[in-house]
Amino acid sequence: MICDIGAAVLNTYDAVVYGIMALGDFTLFACRTFGWLFSRFPRRGTVWPNLYEVGVKSLPVVALTGTFIGMVLAVQSYFQFRQIGLETRLGGVINMTLLRELGPVLAATMLAGRVGSAMAAQLGTMRVTQQIDALAAMGVNPIHYLVVPRFLACFLLIPTLTVMADFMGVAGGHFYSVNILGIDIHHYWHNSAKFVSEFDLFVGLLKSVFFGSAIAMVSCYQGFNCSEGAEGVGAASTNSFVFSFVAILILDLFLGITMDSIYFTFYPEGASLL
Amino acid sequence: MIEKYMEIDEPLVRIEDLGVRFGRQTVLRNINLSIPAGQTVALLGESGCGKTVLMKSIIGLVKPTRGRVFFDDEEIQKLDERRLSRLRLRFGFVFQHSALFDSMSIGQNVAFPLMQHGNFAAEQIQELVLSRLSEVGLPDDVVRKKPAELSGGMQKRVGLARALIMNPELIMYDEPTTGLDPIMSDVINELIVRTRRRNLVTSLVVTHDMNTAKKIADRVIMLLPHSRLQPDENQIIFDGTVPELEHCRDRRVQQFINGEAGERLMELRGQGQVTFF
Repeated sequence: MICDIGAAVLNTYDAVVYGIMALGDFTLFACRTFGWLFSRFPRRGTVWPNLYEVGVKSLPVVALTGTFIGMVLAVQSYFQFRQIGLETRLGGVINMTLLRELGPVLAATMLAGRVGSAMAAQLGTMRVTQQIDALAAMGVNPIHYLVVPRFLACFLLIPTLTVMADFMGVAGGHFYSVNILGIDIHHYWHNSAKFVSEFDLFVGLLKSVFFGSAIAMVSCYQGFNCSEGAEGVGAASTNSFVFSFVAILILDLFLGITMDSIYFTFYPEGASLL
Repeated sequence: MIEKYMEIDEPLVRIEDLGVRFGRQTVLRNINLSIPAGQTVALLGESGCGKTVLMKSIIGLVKPTRGRVFFDDEEIQKLDERRLSRLRLRFGFVFQHSALFDSMSIGQNVAFPLMQHGNFAAEQIQELVLSRLSEVGLPDDVVRKKPAELSGGMQKRVGLARALIMNPELIMYDEPTTGLDPIMSDVINELIVRTRRRNLVTSLVVTHDMNTAKKIADRVIMLLPHSRLQPDENQIIFDGTVPELEHCRDRRVQQFINGEAGERLMELRGQGQVTFF
């Protein structure tokens, strides 16, 4: 009995120490990345392929997701709003939700799934096959060569992907609401213009920058600290998505609260949907 | 035993009281060693005794828990990342599984250090790459191939060509003949000898292969795993030439060079690690 309690206490202690060390290690990793980012810009040859991978190749899937989310929002909200006779406000609901929340979160989720996991698996394989050690042995800093270009690609291009998700979502919502549900186009856009402001777009884009940075950092860290073997690479890839997604949700909450506070400081009479 | 080339008494590498621990596991303890410029040293020892860790400590890829490592009188652990990166240009490292970049062609792999550190014209780079590839006995047409298209022996040779491209002063080979057939192993051994002759470099070779040690080494160092050491025993249980190694009376050295597992199996059985006999 006493032995079991002792073992449990020791296990908890080990877990806490491991957690603190991992957090410290991640912080150092992030600091070294920023250190290299601001001291020496990576070569074009390492940045372009990452920009292509993150930006161009992610566009179709982000656009498709955005379109369907816009339509799903219309489907789910229509019957509730019709019951209280406010179906023409659908434009405001769909577009504000997309710009502030779903556009950035979905673009980031797709990026974490499509690009983040691939980054972790790629860097993990490089770690396991000693390619990262080989870089260091040749006098090339692995963080500068491998992490900084990936970070830049995610940081710079996620706002573009978010704009694409927003645009396609807005278009999808409009198509379903106006063409399928038969909502009057004038009122749909009038209410949208009334309730959705540039600030909503700004909030969404600002969030996306944080999401993109978190995805790149988490994925690269997981790849760099991948354990041996195929199992290690698989775990790095899975952990990269899981931790990125958790980071996205946590950041979304805190950024949402912060941006709302800022908004209501400047606009105490903030617009209401009702 | 090969003849000695330009061996200089001044140590190129000096290791003082080196200790490396990963978590609670001690890998290296109180290692003191110096390697003169121009010497070829074979580092022997059973798996897990810390040979590769020792080599990685020299190049700064592993941070020692205690002790100091000097390369040409510069203390590796005191260098910041940039100075360490610059110093590493004086090393060549041939990895156990070659560690070629699989997304690049062979030509790009060999040219990689030149592209990163030099201002060479494309023609100059091509010329240097082809010359290094021919030095390790590979034809020109491999430059466009990907590493996966080559055999293990060819990949090892590409790894050596890449390590040589910056004219290093110290080349480190991590188990260069592991996984190769005896003929290809001999080709690699011959290349190590020729590389030393042509480039007058210092070489440190981690190996399990006694044939490799006999063929290439001026000096042999044997390590014992930390778990098998007596409390005050030196982890380096042998340091001498190949003939001295062959006549060494230490039972553990003889067991290793003759490949006798009997006593070791009994030890492992005693620890509950082997149950099949």
